[in-house]
Amino acid sequence: MQNNETHSTDLPDEQGHFGPYGGVFVAETLMEPLDELRIAYEKYLRDPDFLAELDADLRDYVGRPSPVYHAERLSRELGGAQIYLKREDLNHTGAHKINNTVGQALLAKRMGKTRIIAETGAGQHGVASATVAARLGLECVVYMGEVDVARQEANVYRMRLLGAEVRAVSSGSKTLKDALNEAMRDWVTNVDDTFYIIGTVAGPHPYPAMVRDFQAVIGRESREQMLAMTGRLPDLLLACVGGGSNAIGLFHPFLADQQVAICGVEAAGSGLDSGQHAAPLCAGTPGVLHGNRTYLLEDRDGQIIETHSVSAGLDYPGVGPEHAWLKDSGRAEYVAVTDGEALAAFHRLTRSEGIIPALETSHAIAQAIKVAPTMSKAQSILINLSGRGDKDMHTVAAQEGMTL
Amino acid sequence: MSRIAGVFSALRDQGRQALIPFVTAGDPSRAITLPLMHAMVEAGADIIELGVPFSDPMADGPVIQRASERSLEHRTSLHDVIDMVSEFRTTDPHTPVVLMGYLNPLEVMGYAAFAEAASAAGVDGVLTVDLPPEEAEGFVETMKAHHLAPIFLLAPTSHRARIERITAAASGFVYYVSLKGVTGAGHLSLDSVRDKLAEIRSCTGLPVGVGFGIKDAETAGAMSKLADAVVVGSALVSRIEANLEQPQQAIADIKTLLGEMRSAMDAN
Repeated sequence: MQNNETHSTDLPDEQGHFGPYGGVFVAETLMEPLDELRIAYEKYLRDPDFLAELDADLRDYVGRPSPVYHAERLSRELGGAQIYLKREDLNHTGAHKINNTVGQALLAKRMGKTRIIAETGAGQHGVASATVAARLGLECVVYMGEVDVARQEANVYRMRLLGAEVRAVSSGSKTLKDALNEAMRDWVTNVDDTFYIIGTVAGPHPYPAMVRDFQAVIGRESREQMLAMTGRLPDLLLACVGGGSNAIGLFHPFLADQQVAICGVEAAGSGLDSGQHAAPLCAGTPGVLHGNRTYLLEDRDGQIIETHSVSAGLDYPGVGPEHAWLKDSGRAEYVAVTDGEALAAFHRLTRSEGIIPALETSHAIAQAIKVAPTMSKAQSILINLSGRGDKDMHTVAAQEGMTL
Repeated sequence: MSRIAGVFSALRDQGRQALIPFVTAGDPSRAITLPLMHAMVEAGADIIELGVPFSDPMADGPVIQRASERSLEHRTSLHDVIDMVSEFRTTDPHTPVVLMGYLNPLEVMGYAAFAEAASAAGVDGVLTVDLPPEEAEGFVETMKAHHLAPIFLLAPTSHRARIERITAAASGFVYYVSLKGVTGAGHLSLDSVRDKLAEIRSCTGLPVGVGFGIKDAETAGAMSKLADAVVVGSALVSRIEANLEQPQQAIADIKTLLGEMRSAMDAN
């Protein structure tokens, strides 16, 4: 965490704004606790003891640094740019989520909190939160929509094995956004002893900045690894975007490198025209939800619309406010790929490289499959391989009419 | 003098406190809201808080969440709620109405467009749960320019500096959330409310209403000894929920409960 010179931007401002986005939009009861969290986060991210402990945990417990792998066979097949994969799937618990939960759990411990709560969609952040809570001996409650509990049974069982209590949420659309609402309600009720570990770069300030800073280790390592492997920076970065934590973790340390193109890939579900998607940056409008102003999928009355994606981890109607800002400022481009394209990419990477990616990650792979052939063989694409696909076996098999 | 200030001034002269019921507009149907508002005034309500339904009511407990869901099943919009107030005003020009809800429907409509329409309809104040004063500069100006009172929440976690900042931005009254939790929670402590109200009053001359955890005549009576206004929401909404097929029964039950609260408050 010591290497901060690659941070190219001073955003957010003191109140957590990225241009018009971000901020703190919560009920009064949470204003002081958020301020307490902001002060602790600002203090410990400059504290050598804290950073040393974090670095040791990331090395010995998470398994960092994760490698960058040159996907030579896939690159050859596509006949264009060289494709490199940042292997976050090799982290403990199988995804990038653990980078953030390790950091926030250490912060919770320093702040004297004894109870952890978290929201989860696919269950990856829930598992990563239950994991660090088990390790630190903290009580852990994970909120998960009823629909997601039913479709992610294996992760629910993993969380329970780790000692967490999984509470099914039956309000609203019974998915990730409702789990987040319920976690906020828990926090407002138990604010004295409870630390809320948000899993993505959304929520009220300081969460978008704090989660980004814990995930930026991805981009910092990648930058050095690409320079060491290829002698230059990649020409294009690709990452999938739901809330956007793996994407911002990769993108942020490259923001000042203007020669590096940056592209986030949202879930187009059944297609952007179908209305069945989860692509607020590509097809949404600005609004306020879950503590921040950002792009949302909402109707003309300002009610939040239900989303669709084959990947539970992208099934969210909002997106981190920094992505909203990067879109408007033009520094990053955002595109969307459909369920079908993501599934095809899932199979393609599995067969050509022997790496089974998460369905979320498969969206970024799909975009690489589209653009690599339009680039030269001397150019390179770095993809954040944010998670492994083991959790998605049932979903992929079901798409092929099989039951496991 | 605004309608809200007029109500508090008259009550103060009489040594009484305001009773402020909350219901969600359009729950469970549009047809019930107007007769319910009039019935609540008959039962002794001084100000009405009308809930604007939102898909993601983060600060509400299950009772008011379900009220929002029922209302949104038939797509009650912010425009519809403003129309309801407009209709209410044709026969009740006196009772102040405060719209209470979340920011996003107002964001999407636009602050100025909202303020203009709400003011024309006879709305008196606006309470947006997820809009703290830090984010409300333009909002407060726009509301005040249209004679709408921006009403803010104070909480047990609000330190003195925040109380000063919030009461400076507020007008009409301030709303003290009596406990750490969501609407409809049950662990009210009168002693801690008493201490906090003393701190709030040392910062502002605005009337102070107290809500969250007030569910019957006893809690309303006890709270009216401490505060200038008592806000009751989930206890009323649960009467609606218990009588979804019998709207007249829901209205009658709410009138009974408000009447009991009124008597307990006036007996102090």
